[in-house]
Amino acid sequence: MSKLGAIGHRLYTGEVSYDFIGRRRRWYTISAILIVVSIISLAWRGLDFGIEFKGGADFKAATQVNAQTVDSMRVALRNSGVPDLDEATVNTIGNNQVRVQTRTLDPTEEVPKVRAAIANEVGINPDQVAYSLIGASWGSQITERALIALAVFLVLVALVIGIYFRDAKMSAAALIALVHDLILTIGIYALVGFTVTPATLIGVLTILGYSLYDTVVVFDKVREDVRDIRSSTTRTYSEAANLAVNQVLVRSINTTVIGVLPVAALLFTGAVILGEGPLKDLALALFVGMVSGAYSSIFIATPLLAQMKEREPDMKKVAARVRARRAKETQKDRVVETTSPTPVPQAGIASTGATKDSEPSNAELEEASSAVGNGAKKVSVTFKPDPQSHRDGAAKRSQPQNKPRSQRKK
Amino acid sequence: MATTTGHPGRTLIVLAVLVAGLITLVAVSGNWTPKLGLDLRGGTTITLTARNTTGAGTVDPNSLQLAKTIIQSRVDSLGVGESEVTTSGDNQIIVTVPNVQQDELVRLVGQTAVLRFRAVYAAEQVQPPEPIPSATGEPTQGATAQPSGEPTAGPSQTAEAPPGEPSTQPSDAGNNKPLPALPTAPPVPLDKACVPADGKGTPPDKALDWQPTEACQAAFAEFTCETRVTEVADQGIFACNQEKTEKYLLGPTLIEGNQLTKAVAGIPQNNVNWVVNLEFNSEGAAAFEQATREISQKSEPQNRFAIVLDGVAISAPSVNEPIPGGRAEISGNFTQKSATELANVLKYGALPLAFDVSEVNNVSATLGGEQLRAGIIAGIIGLVLVVGYCFLYYRGLGIVVVASLGIAGILTYASMVLLGSSVGFALNLPGIAGAIVAIGITADSFVIFFERIRDEVREGRSLRTAVETGWRRARQTILIADTVTMLSALVLFVLAIGSVRGFAFTLGLTTLIDVVVVFLFTKPLMTLLARTKFFGGGHKFSGLDPEHLGVPALPGSRSRRPAVTRPAAVSQEGV
Repeated sequence: MSKLGAIGHRLYTGEVSYDFIGRRRRWYTISAILIVVSIISLAWRGLDFGIEFKGGADFKAATQVNAQTVDSMRVALRNSGVPDLDEATVNTIGNNQVRVQTRTLDPTEEVPKVRAAIANEVGINPDQVAYSLIGASWGSQITERALIALAVFLVLVALVIGIYFRDAKMSAAALIALVHDLILTIGIYALVGFTVTPATLIGVLTILGYSLYDTVVVFDKVREDVRDIRSSTTRTYSEAANLAVNQVLVRSINTTVIGVLPVAALLFTGAVILGEGPLKDLALALFVGMVSGAYSSIFIATPLLAQMKEREPDMKKVAARVRARRAKETQKDRVVETTSPTPVPQAGIASTGATKDSEPSNAELEEASSAVGNGAKKVSVTFKPDPQSHRDGAAKRSQPQNKPRSQRKK
Repeated sequence: MATTTGHPGRTLIVLAVLVAGLITLVAVSGNWTPKLGLDLRGGTTITLTARNTTGAGTVDPNSLQLAKTIIQSRVDSLGVGESEVTTSGDNQIIVTVPNVQQDELVRLVGQTAVLRFRAVYAAEQVQPPEPIPSATGEPTQGATAQPSGEPTAGPSQTAEAPPGEPSTQPSDAGNNKPLPALPTAPPVPLDKACVPADGKGTPPDKALDWQPTEACQAAFAEFTCETRVTEVADQGIFACNQEKTEKYLLGPTLIEGNQLTKAVAGIPQNNVNWVVNLEFNSEGAAAFEQATREISQKSEPQNRFAIVLDGVAISAPSVNEPIPGGRAEISGNFTQKSATELANVLKYGALPLAFDVSEVNNVSATLGGEQLRAGIIAGIIGLVLVVGYCFLYYRGLGIVVVASLGIAGILTYASMVLLGSSVGFALNLPGIAGAIVAIGITADSFVIFFERIRDEVREGRSLRTAVETGWRRARQTILIADTVTMLSALVLFVLAIGSVRGFAFTLGLTTLIDVVVVFLFTKPLMTLLARTKFFGGGHKFSGLDPEHLGVPALPGSRSRRPAVTRPAAVSQEGV
């Protein structure tokens, strides 16, 4: 664990850096594939809505389950005297419960008959057969309310995000990540065929909040790191954002793990002890959504944000300045400046350390340059083996977060 | 920097007072456990959706409230105790009854009560099937019916124009029970006997001309009050009074209850007896006048009309004269209670509301207990996992996590108990799930704070300073994150239906408590801990030791190592 802490530190200083932004095409491709798969499964298989949405009745009775339980229950249903029960679903939960799901029944006429039939079959009192009944029109009302809740939530979230970040592009990136999580979660439900219940829906709405939370944590750091970006000559927006992502990586992993642990406990007890019910449904949606939310805030939201920001004229200027500066540095990259107060990382690193390729493609360029941005220490150490000059290099103003103060103030 | 350090001790005292206050409140309320939802202790929840029988349009809140009262009294009549009837949204009534699995309950609350006025064609004394035990012990309850055939005593009640003379006739006070107690026998199509061969119904304006067929009359002779009949509006029916002491052969509907605009109980001037005053709308008034004109000419028992609710004649007054003007007065041997009850039933019948049983949820006590157990187990597992991870990763800081979660737990539990006894908040299974999910969300706030502190330390600040600067930065992240969670909880709570609201509620509650705990407990605690040697000095197990943070030395501490060793080592790997 302390190893993770140490990695956390190295990620923080940029000693170790993973190029999240530069490899964005890779993440986009992965996500695009996942989204396409989600949409296809949604179109192909659709969602398996629970009776709460379609209307129906659900009976549960305790019994010792054996191989004949389902078949004999079907026979019992057929003989119950209630019409149209052939389509009823009979299944067992664990080894001590049988569940019957039917069309919606008349609460006063048909329910008692079905209850009696089930009770008779498993040999208990009809009063011990638990059931829930949902009228058909009620189901459509629930669906309608759910969709309204979703829409209202998305609008409110957009507003809050907008107010908090006061930045259209950040809000847009956060919302896209949100929709990404939403589609993936729905896709997994369609693909695996999990039943969608109101509890699922609550779970989905909650994870939208959670996914946003993750994005907020990451963007908060991005915002902090790009505060002085307009006057920067050393780092482009993408590089600064990448540093931020690397800096919050450990934190993001920790918040996600800690958030997911109780949900996993819920999922476990819900699935193992209860078998079916709101606990499992909720936890499942939360589980899928939280993991997706953590992924999207790092791999989708931030690269998207950087990409959009880089299109801004200001940011283009910054990027141009950084390029120009680096080009200049390349010219004199063999010149060792032991006394300069502001030595700068050099693009020349691309050919020595971080990037081995000498024919930089677009993505690789970004990769290389971000490695430069984050790899100040590496640069200075590589080219200035003298530790004293390394510390001088670290003292430059534009990279305040990168150096321990103890080293800067030497 | 020093200014923001504040007075951690003082803040902690504020929190201690808050916690002590809550616990005192709980002690005062005398309830040490939260109120449990029906899915955790077994019981039945029925959701009814009201719709306007007059067509589209919204449901009048007052009507819904009245319907709620009526349904509540229906449920109470079952004597199940602890039942609860609440309205939800603008058109729902939710009935919750613990530990009752009776199908009877669903039938009772779900039935649509349509009040109808019908003319009486025949009335006959019957023996009550068995002595009806008096539920309330009132002397009037279960009183024998007045034999309507006796010339000296008329029907129990009379209807007349309000200014008219109050009836002095003895009465059986046949309307003590406000609501019909329904027979449990399944309905039989006995009433088919009175349906003409062509199956045609009789509209209200022709209802007075309706004549029962011979088959119908024969069937009426067979009819007992144990037989449940399905009431068809435009057909003649059989019905009994509430005590099942008199059965009636009734004509098709003359007037529907929704033409009734008012029904109040009161004592007319210069009188001592309670009466029930009715008012019809103009259409109802015309129909009522015509009906009373014809009925009053007839002889006993055909000079009576019956007010039928749910197939039961709740009142069958006789008419002595035509009643014009749409105002009528039913008099009899009413007490204040019985008069008010009749008025309420009439009002309810006049409500343009019908109820659909939208949802029935029935959980056995066994399953409820099992769900509660599963919820608690999930909570314990989740808690252990989170605390374990925190100790593993944050070492000594894990104590802060445990303590903060502990405080949050106490606050949450106390709030739930108090909300249970004050506003009737019932913890249900989704609610428990919400609380468990909140463990993670609450602990996440600490993670954000701790990581911030570490960031600050990495930037070279001393731990004491890092706690303050880290807090300032973590604070806004925690606040926005909690705002988002709160927002989702609010949206869910407002828009969600049914039991899942419990999830939204606990999620919102725990989010609020998270803010309280982080601000009033975790932060001051960290400030205090940073002053200790163990944490402030970066002890090996404090979670803030240099090695753990990956910094060469803890800034400001004595055991500073040369700062260059580490980067130098890295450079060798890098080259």
